[in-house]
Amino acid sequence: MERTHVLVCAGTGCTSSKSLELVKRFEEDIRMKDLQNEIKVVKTGCFGLCQKGPIVAIHPDKVFYSHVSLGDVDEIVNEHLYKGRPVKRLEITDIDEETKEAIFEFEKIKFYAKQKRIALRNCGTINPEDVTEYIALDGYQALAKVLLEMTPQQVIEEMKKSGLRGRGGGGFPTGSKWQFAANQVNDEKYVICNADEGDPGAFMDRSILEGDPHSVIEAMVIAGYAIGAHHGYVYIRAEYPIAVERLKIAITQAEEYGMLGDNIFNSGYKFNIEIRLGAGAFVCGEETALIASIEGKRGMPVVKPPFPAVKGVWGKPTIINNVETFANIPAIINNGADWFSSIGTEKSKGTKVFALGGKIVNTGLVEVPMGTTLREVIYEIGGGCLNHKNFKAVQTGGPSGGCLTEDHLDTPIDFDNLVALGSMMGSGGMIILDEDNCMVDVARFYMDFIVDESCGKCTPCRVGTKRMLEMLNDITEGKGTLQTIADLEALALHVKDSSLCGLGQTASNPVLSTLKHFKHEYLAHVIDKKCPAKVCKSLLDYSINKDACKKCGLCAKGCPTTAITGVLGKEAYVIDAEKCIRCGACVQNCPFGAVDRA
Amino acid sequence: MKSLDELNRIREEALRKVNLRQNNAQYRVLIGMATCGIAAGARPVMKTFLEAIDKDQLQVTIQQTGCIGMCIHEPIVEIIDQAGIKTTYMQVNASKAQEIIESHLKQGKILEAYTHVTK
Repeated sequence: MERTHVLVCAGTGCTSSKSLELVKRFEEDIRMKDLQNEIKVVKTGCFGLCQKGPIVAIHPDKVFYSHVSLGDVDEIVNEHLYKGRPVKRLEITDIDEETKEAIFEFEKIKFYAKQKRIALRNCGTINPEDVTEYIALDGYQALAKVLLEMTPQQVIEEMKKSGLRGRGGGGFPTGSKWQFAANQVNDEKYVICNADEGDPGAFMDRSILEGDPHSVIEAMVIAGYAIGAHHGYVYIRAEYPIAVERLKIAITQAEEYGMLGDNIFNSGYKFNIEIRLGAGAFVCGEETALIASIEGKRGMPVVKPPFPAVKGVWGKPTIINNVETFANIPAIINNGADWFSSIGTEKSKGTKVFALGGKIVNTGLVEVPMGTTLREVIYEIGGGCLNHKNFKAVQTGGPSGGCLTEDHLDTPIDFDNLVALGSMMGSGGMIILDEDNCMVDVARFYMDFIVDESCGKCTPCRVGTKRMLEMLNDITEGKGTLQTIADLEALALHVKDSSLCGLGQTASNPVLSTLKHFKHEYLAHVIDKKCPAKVCKSLLDYSINKDACKKCGLCAKGCPTTAITGVLGKEAYVIDAEKCIRCGACVQNCPFGAVDRA
Repeated sequence: MKSLDELNRIREEALRKVNLRQNNAQYRVLIGMATCGIAAGARPVMKTFLEAIDKDQLQVTIQQTGCIGMCIHEPIVEIIDQAGIKTTYMQVNASKAQEIIESHLKQGKILEAYTHVTK
């Protein structure tokens, strides 16, 4: 009889810090103590607090350990599992602001207290490679209900009533999308799960597939029943090996248990799922390009309409939903549309998963009700900026989104509010930028990404993004003028208006939103030829502060161009601006902080 | 999968596997398992609890806990109900544990006799 479960995160983040070795060591140590009948080690999906990985949770004690290393395992087994004394030094804690005492219960820790987990409900709780654990927590109940008690139209009505909108970026109402496909008269229809998550910094779809793959499978069968399809594809990038592996295991288990295949629940309904691996092209997240890729063609978008709901994969009616959208669906069927629509804002219902990244204390995955403010997400859950630096901006929606400033922090997050501010929800990447980030450089980074990822089919995107990148390079290198900024803005608007697909239409967003909110930084680059955040190397001047210089000569020793001269122990060192290539080596080499950057 | 009954059967069985990760136990049993507790015989006591929970499918979780300072009264077993009310049993052995299971965990009746020190 088991008394304790040791849950070890086996998501991509924690696996890369060797959590699978921890699993092995726990199992060995537990066997050595002859506790293997009482204590079970379970590999789970992502707990969300990736910053503090590898994460180990002990139940029913509800103890949460962070940054667990192989050397800590002995101590946890000897002290906690054998003698019942939790290892305090490894526990995740918060400080209670009123009593100033440490909080150990993880439900009360700020990172979790504000979250509401629907799509991530099972991540970090169940073993994703064991279908019975999913079943234990109400898994496949929704499918049974749909197949045995509801008509396809009732399912669609329920989805419409719930107000669920697509979580992949566009925010299109899921129920309406299903209705379009259901209205098509065709004996062959398809359901596609879009797992081609490509935004830099977004990893919620990967984590759901790694932590709870059956929730997506169950929802795909429900979607198939609703629109009258019998075949589904999961389009997932090959760069997600763990997610692909778990998905394969889950599909095999679902087939064994008869959740996939013929005559599911004796209802006469049949459904199958196939995995299609993508090679990681960003444009393949666009639905028409994705369909082309599934068909074995080059992943390029085509003009809509016809929409995929009318003419999709193999020319047949097809619905394409994102992983996170699917993960919400079993919960909606089980708890009812009214329950779901009671969460969130007027036009955006339910919750949204965000991937927090950049200059933030708690990098990781969080799920909050729509309408939560950016401030709550960034400061209360995310813990604020790293090293107490000043917050500058938050980039939402990846390369298609934009930057929001401190003035926007109290905006409730939902689809429409973010669009109104010139950004977008996107798939939910949220990159925090602080005072050390140059906004022109950030815009340049995203444009560089888009230039790489543009498929080249339409001219505005193929040529326009390249020209924009060149202008941004000029500005960051000090070659820009006021005219460059004006040209950049005009071109950005043209590309936005005239590109074929979503990739090009949104490619200008990082430029336009930084121009709107951080115009002064652009002006500083072209007029003063200075980078206020001291990022753009060509615009920096290095000098040595004579009073602070201890004449040790370390700066000169490390200078690759012998631009620094002086006399050891006697004369302060000076930098020859002509020879200086602005590499910054002297700043790093000086132990006294005597090298100034301006 | 042919019916809802079949699904529910699998669910009931599987629920036992994950229940202790959920927050829905009727009672939490804390057993003092520091050096003093183990020396005084806490291990057979815990085994008795574990076997009974398994056999009778009780909604109870078992937690080991450290020394609370009354080493002389070990093995100490604390039972906490859903309202957070704690009952402390002292100098428990396997047979006393069996009685506690029958009375407290199954019928909700606290065994006053074992809640204070007898020797």
